[in-house]
Amino acid sequence: MKIKLIFIVGILYFLNLTQLYSIEPDVFVQSTVNRASKVLSNNEEKEKKMKELQIIAKETVDIKGIGFYTLGKVRKNLDEDQKKKYAKLFEKYFLKSFSSRLAEYTNPEIDVKSKEVLNENYTIVNSILKGTAERPEVKIDWRIYTKNKNNPLIRDLIIEGLSLARTQKEEFSSILNSNNGDINILFETLENFIQN
Amino acid sequence: MLKKFTLIVFTTFALTINSYAGSDGDLILKKNQPSEIKDCFEKVNRATFAFNQALDGVIFQPVASVYRKLPSPARTGVSNTLENLSLLLTVPNNVLQGDFKRAGVNTGRFIINSTVGVLGIFDVAQFVGLNEFEKEDYGQSLAKAGIGPGCYLVLPVLGPSTARDTIGSAFNFLGGDPWYNITVKNDTQYFNDANYYSSKVGTGVDFRAKNYNSIENLEKNSVDFYASVKSLYLQDRQQKILNTKKIIDTQNDSDWEEIDSQ
Repeated sequence: MKIKLIFIVGILYFLNLTQLYSIEPDVFVQSTVNRASKVLSNNEEKEKKMKELQIIAKETVDIKGIGFYTLGKVRKNLDEDQKKKYAKLFEKYFLKSFSSRLAEYTNPEIDVKSKEVLNENYTIVNSILKGTAERPEVKIDWRIYTKNKNNPLIRDLIIEGLSLARTQKEEFSSILNSNNGDINILFETLENFIQN
Repeated sequence: MLKKFTLIVFTTFALTINSYAGSDGDLILKKNQPSEIKDCFEKVNRATFAFNQALDGVIFQPVASVYRKLPSPARTGVSNTLENLSLLLTVPNNVLQGDFKRAGVNTGRFIINSTVGVLGIFDVAQFVGLNEFEKEDYGQSLAKAGIGPGCYLVLPVLGPSTARDTIGSAFNFLGGDPWYNITVKNDTQYFNDANYYSSKVGTGVDFRAKNYNSIENLEKNSVDFYASVKSLYLQDRQQKILNTKKIIDTQNDSDWEEIDSQ
């Protein structure tokens, strides 16, 4: 009886702890955005900003997941070595491309507006990038992977209804289709991008 | 003549809609999935895309760059005027799609902004609750009627399109666009060809200026810029056809579900 009671109390305590440390997707997005905005509003060199943004991206974006999503069905035909090589190349490619895109913005103001839980694994967080004299207001939705409630990760950015992950997937698919599905050509393309 | 044409268009649409009575949101969604649309003429499309890029570098980019330096209220005024003119094409398409509520709202917007808003320069209609605005065209109406997009095309100067959207655009020159009718097709006292063509060039420059950094950024960071533009265009069309901003209803998520990285 005593063991049973200890067990139940233990379970309840564990559940409580899990809840205590789980991070709400909208809070996660707002805090990530605030971190990135802080970097972008600094008067630092672009290269330094890019490095700081890459650190944030490594902590908050599911780079591995996005990489295999963008590969489409081809991922099923890769052997373990090819998968490892792709994951490494994609991470480098993603961090360079992502930080270079973001570093062009200065002091972006993003407000999280709402969220919609799709299922246990996904929540869409809706936000607005405030307009400036140079550009209109932009609606940005974030696809957050919430399988691990304590460590939510960004899987996609949907800008005015246009998915960046989907665009990336179709870009890679076009390269593979033009080269008879040869994964080595995609590796070369990514290597060239990383080096240039 | 115009009456006859309108009658033919309405009859054709009525028949088409009947013949596709089984069409629903899911079917339209499936037909317009970017991954389902074939690039039948990829080599020609890529060549045309390269030509358009060169043209952009010589004309649109420099002009947009100067346009961006105009004071913000001036750019907003130009943008509002062009959007107001586009309502002339949107309203008949609202009707064709059976969306009479939006047709009413857009007609109200056009009347108020063209008069009180001084030829559309000021968007006064938004202050009386008429702020819902989504551009519609014949390509979207054909899609709503259940007609598939056909092959992906890149048109010289005009850019990305599909076979269906190109046919839709042809309706504009066959009497379907009231702005074309009163400027180019019919000799009116108040407007001429220059008004029509300058409004079209203006729309292109306005779009280029609004997306100036995004386009530069995308080009710089793409490993296949042609494929990126194609994907973005087709995603955008899919959204516009469905008139939805809810991405979650319009994406095939099955691929995401397979990826387990945690």
